[in-house]
Amino acid sequence: MNDVHNEKGTNKSLSLFFKSSFIVSAVIILISSILLYFTFTFDIVPPILNRGIQPATFPKALLILIIALTLLTYFISLKNPWKNEKKLPNSFYITLLSFVVFITVSKFLDFFLGIALLSIIVSYFWGERRVAYLIIVSIIFPLIVFVFFETILGLRFPPGIITNLYYR
Amino acid sequence: MENLGLIFAPLFSYKLLIVLFFGTIFGLILGVLPGLGPTTGGALILPFTMTLDPLSAIVLLTAIYCAGTYGGAITAILINTPGTPAAAATCLDGYPLAQKGEAGRALGMATVSSVIGGIASVIVLIFFAPLLANLAYEFGQPEYFALAIFGLTMLASIGEGSPIKNLIAGAFGILISTVGKDFMTSIDRFTFGINELTEGIGFIPVVVGLFAISEMLTQSTLINQIFNRVALKAVKLPSIDDYKKTWKTIIRSSGIGSFIGVLPAEGGTVASLIGYAEAKRWSKKPEDFGKGSIEGIAGAEAANNAATGGAMVPTLALGIPGSATTAVILTGLIIHGVRPGPDLFREQPEFLYGIFGSMLIANILFFVLGFFGAKIFARITLVPNKLLWPMIFAVSVCGTYSLNQSIIDVWLMLLFGVIGFFMRRYGFSVVPVIIGLILGELVEGTLRQSLVIFDGNWLMFLQRPIALTFFVLSLIALSFPLIKRKKKNDKV
Repeated sequence: MNDVHNEKGTNKSLSLFFKSSFIVSAVIILISSILLYFTFTFDIVPPILNRGIQPATFPKALLILIIALTLLTYFISLKNPWKNEKKLPNSFYITLLSFVVFITVSKFLDFFLGIALLSIIVSYFWGERRVAYLIIVSIIFPLIVFVFFETILGLRFPPGIITNLYYR
Repeated sequence: MENLGLIFAPLFSYKLLIVLFFGTIFGLILGVLPGLGPTTGGALILPFTMTLDPLSAIVLLTAIYCAGTYGGAITAILINTPGTPAAAATCLDGYPLAQKGEAGRALGMATVSSVIGGIASVIVLIFFAPLLANLAYEFGQPEYFALAIFGLTMLASIGEGSPIKNLIAGAFGILISTVGKDFMTSIDRFTFGINELTEGIGFIPVVVGLFAISEMLTQSTLINQIFNRVALKAVKLPSIDDYKKTWKTIIRSSGIGSFIGVLPAEGGTVASLIGYAEAKRWSKKPEDFGKGSIEGIAGAEAANNAATGGAMVPTLALGIPGSATTAVILTGLIIHGVRPGPDLFREQPEFLYGIFGSMLIANILFFVLGFFGAKIFARITLVPNKLLWPMIFAVSVCGTYSLNQSIIDVWLMLLFGVIGFFMRRYGFSVVPVIIGLILGELVEGTLRQSLVIFDGNWLMFLQRPIALTFFVLSLIALSFPLIKRKKKNDKV
């Protein structure tokens, strides 16, 4: 009987760690703590030049405030739990992946190509199968935006395999 | 008051009228499209405003703000999805009324009450902003610090959702503003050796990321969602009977919206919810609310549009934004070299009164365009998300890149998009981040300069009557959610 009780208690305490309120609070506190650590690496102004407070003091205070408020939110959530969020669908992860594709392609190949690839991935995986529309979204529209920004605003886009052809 | 005549100046400038016309149309389109709205739209259009003179640029942004706030009602009534968060309360009665075959009547009431609310709030702006600016002449660094703190606490207390989460989001916004070289000592903070970060994190990557990119991620989770669309024949002007039922509600909501708008918070969203709740409380038929009550539509719509003028009061008079969209407008002002605050009222009255006049005209324009064009604007929602969002992404990327021609800004935009998505998923509003980011430099700068003046003695803040008043108001604002919760628990 005791064992059953202990097992139930263990499961209950374990399930706490998988609650979104715990995970979100843990992530915020972890990131804030890392940033708080970095504030100790900021240069210190010598007392003779220091006016008011040190440059690290204000961010430190903010980070401590964020950690304290996050802990408070977490303890409140034990009484009033957050609503359960639905599992994220595959289309979300594909969209997120398309961001990674965009960053990689625009950094190493071409900015314009990155936009075109992201547009075609998102549009296709969100359900668009008509080739003409895919071309409009991934080539014609970004091209219009590109030319518009380039001519009206005089913007110079970063060099790349396609952009270089335009600027040549 | 001698400058009141300047309000009519935009009427005699064909250039401003053209800008107003296109700004209103663009605002309506943004308002109609769920997930976009005047904040995202304003942020995306900021780079384009560089081709305009300062007054035209701000007139364009304010026209988008006014029309975009109203535009959300069209989608709320016809497809039960608010085009903007400020139109959420409009869904409650707008859609049920449309389902009864009275979409035209619902839209007519939304249009009329929006215009009345909008115009009333511009009148508040015209009279109240110069008064507040005059008062601000008395403000020194400690007073501005206390005011900024008051603004942030208000954000927590009357913003949507959990007050503690709002405070965390606000603190996060201020933290973002500390990235880069410290403005007093030139010491690097959170730059991690990245040269581009020494200038700090720009406003546009954060706004576009938190609003447009996070919304794109949200839409990616809703691709199988089907909207039930109600057909619209034509927008109908409210009948005499409808006016009799709603005139008190419209006046009350216009007052509520203007007042809420002045306070730094989620302006229209909160105003419409309070306007709706008060309309229900004072109604002779509260049982009709949620089933297609015309008073419900009037209460919500008059309030959310009334918040537009109200939110411009602190933006122009103090340089403190009253909402996320006015934070974009404030950035527009700064980009164009205009520093909002008391001096602006003394030195450039023609500029300010040009904005006031343009807001009045924008309200009349969206009345005409909304009345005759609602059917066409409603068709814009037929553009499928699978085509719309990749296009918005292309504009977002190019727009963000264009301001500083920095690829780091684009990466930051994506990062804030992901952060914004998870914030919204777990109940953190992104609006306090924007306001915190805008107020961050003011909060830190005035605090540090005050401490220099006070020779490091914090207690000196309490010897300044205006600052002390703002601190007391901040405490009241912070305790307000606790009192509200206690009352709710007592009732239960």
